[in-house]
Amino acid sequence: MGELLALVPALPLAGFLLLASGRFQGGSAAWIGVGSVALAFAVTVLLTLLADGFRDETAFVAVRLWEWLRLGGFSVSIGFHLDGLSLTLCWVITGVGALIHLYSTYYMAGDPGYSRYFAYLNLFVASMLVLVLADNLLLLYLGWEGVGLCSYLLIGFWYRNAENGYAARKAFIVTRVGDLSLALGLFLVAVQLNTLDIRTILHEAPLQWTGERQWIATLAALLLLGGAVGKSAQLPLQTWLPDAMAGPTPVSALIHAATMVTAGVYLVARMHGIYLLSPGALALVGAVGALTLLLAGTSALVQRDIKRVLAYSTVSQIGYMFLALGAGAWTAAIFHLVTHAFFKALLFLAAGTVIHCLHGEQDIDRMGGLRRTLPVSFLAFLAGGASLAALPVITAGFYSKDAILIGAWQAGGFGKLLWLAAMVGALITALYIFRLIFRVFFGAVKTPGHEHGGANMWLPLLLLGVLALAGGLTPLPLAGVFPEHGAGAQVPWIPVLSGAVSLAGLVLAWFLFHRRPARALALADEHIGLARFWYGGWGFDTFYDRVFVRPFTALARANHRDVVDSGYALVVRACRAGHAFLSSTQTGQLRWYATAMGIGAIMVLAGVRLL
Amino acid sequence: MNAVPLEHSLILAGMLFTLGLAGVLVRRNLLFILMSLEIMLNATAIVFVAAGAHYGQPDGQIMFLLVLTLAAAEAAIGLALVLQVFRHFRGVDADALSDMQG
Repeated sequence: MGELLALVPALPLAGFLLLASGRFQGGSAAWIGVGSVALAFAVTVLLTLLADGFRDETAFVAVRLWEWLRLGGFSVSIGFHLDGLSLTLCWVITGVGALIHLYSTYYMAGDPGYSRYFAYLNLFVASMLVLVLADNLLLLYLGWEGVGLCSYLLIGFWYRNAENGYAARKAFIVTRVGDLSLALGLFLVAVQLNTLDIRTILHEAPLQWTGERQWIATLAALLLLGGAVGKSAQLPLQTWLPDAMAGPTPVSALIHAATMVTAGVYLVARMHGIYLLSPGALALVGAVGALTLLLAGTSALVQRDIKRVLAYSTVSQIGYMFLALGAGAWTAAIFHLVTHAFFKALLFLAAGTVIHCLHGEQDIDRMGGLRRTLPVSFLAFLAGGASLAALPVITAGFYSKDAILIGAWQAGGFGKLLWLAAMVGALITALYIFRLIFRVFFGAVKTPGHEHGGANMWLPLLLLGVLALAGGLTPLPLAGVFPEHGAGAQVPWIPVLSGAVSLAGLVLAWFLFHRRPARALALADEHIGLARFWYGGWGFDTFYDRVFVRPFTALARANHRDVVDSGYALVVRACRAGHAFLSSTQTGQLRWYATAMGIGAIMVLAGVRLL
Repeated sequence: MNAVPLEHSLILAGMLFTLGLAGVLVRRNLLFILMSLEIMLNATAIVFVAAGAHYGQPDGQIMFLLVLTLAAAEAAIGLALVLQVFRHFRGVDADALSDMQG
């Protein structure tokens, strides 16, 4: 079983190494890229079957491959541990990942960087699997940085366009701020507990960090949260995700919607024991989630780029997950993570097909009436959008969002506030996603286009569509992972209310953006200041630009001739002078050499005599 | 046999060596430089012989034979080089040999 577990991340890694050798191009590259992830998925399924669905804690699989480092009593191993939480994430990563790989063979066909693309994508899947399977925080950090690297490489995949490179750097640097915080958190834990093993930490922390030492738990929780908000694009580090849409659309689907950006949610859920020790930090998680979901939701309402709408929507949905974590509704957060992976990947892939068929057009103002010409994308978008908007009963998103709403309602304390934010967010969500659908697929045709693509295009859309609608019925193997809370009591009026809210959002969107589009335009004109504020993502980009980027570049320009370099320049100059002096003695004059030798011999003799 | 004291031969050798060195340094003609080198070699040879006589050892004379063959070889190679220099530079001026910019 253990060896089988190690195989899960090893397969995509092997795929990456094969592709990185550069010997495989075209069809064989696609076979390796898709095949390695599909095999990893098959191994995950096999593990699940062997472990009998992970019904209890005894079924956990662990494997310790070798020791990474040992410093006195402190040691870190390279080992994997599979429990219900990791297994859930593995299913999402390998399953959705394999479908997106398959779709990529359609989307990226004919691209000159075809095999490079699959190499990066495989490396990403391997890193992500290491992240979720790691049995200690250092190995988790390795995967964490690995996915960050792949995100950077894939955002800037079309590197000939300077803007893509800028977006890639922005994503890398902004997440780096969070990564620094995570690294500090790791140091703190390692110093305090002398271990980085996750299970030992969760066991030791409640014993040691009590009473007066409770502040350590708070500090550790806050530092880990810093890492999580960076990777998951939450307030205040959310600015990189909308720009990350510069990458190929399947990349946006896999990395910036389904898997990597939810790593922060995974981290907080994984370390839930520490957050339970610090109610303040846990409340902050919820507050961050609630604020982000409203901020990103309103921004999504006014975006014109189809991918930016979905990007802000992703930020907003991850806000829901953080909100659930903050309310202590761990299972609901992971449940929403899974359903979000299904419907957001579907939405991105459908958007990819639309963009592909319109030859790179991303502006929704120039789209319209595409439901007849692009029927597959339309149906996929409808399924994904319905699930995102949590239309009642028939969609997966409805069940996961209700779990969050119920969890927030029962959390007590300021849980009611979180619940209110989530409810308002639900209305905004339905509004912006159906705005997108009405603008793109209804109304007058503005840009013609037609669908072309084989099974590698519609099969992933079909499967993800089924999952987006029915994926809420799958039982998650999370028993025994999280502490039980609220005994899962039903609050029957919440699903009714949330269903009504999302339907209201749909009707409102239909009225504003389909029935009376002029009314929506007039509304935007009346509140042009607010619309601009939302369009710019609440001014965070401008703010960071003024406060950090510009002073930094100004400083860099002022220090154009590096001050630190001057010391080294002195060494260089002394060296040059010495060389000039020595080379001036090389005259080529035979007699001068002989004289020098004579004088040297006399000096040596004199020296020997005197000493 | 002890008619000549060691000091005298050493002073003679020193004078010869200094003369030879001065010739090497002062002369510009390669032929004369070679000849001055021979003088320097012979000065050392005198030291060997004188020291051998002084200590009653045959080693000094053996070393003289070595110096002699060395001098012969040096003269042969040196003259060959001088010949080549003459052909190449149309002269045997040591100062004219430099092609370096220094």
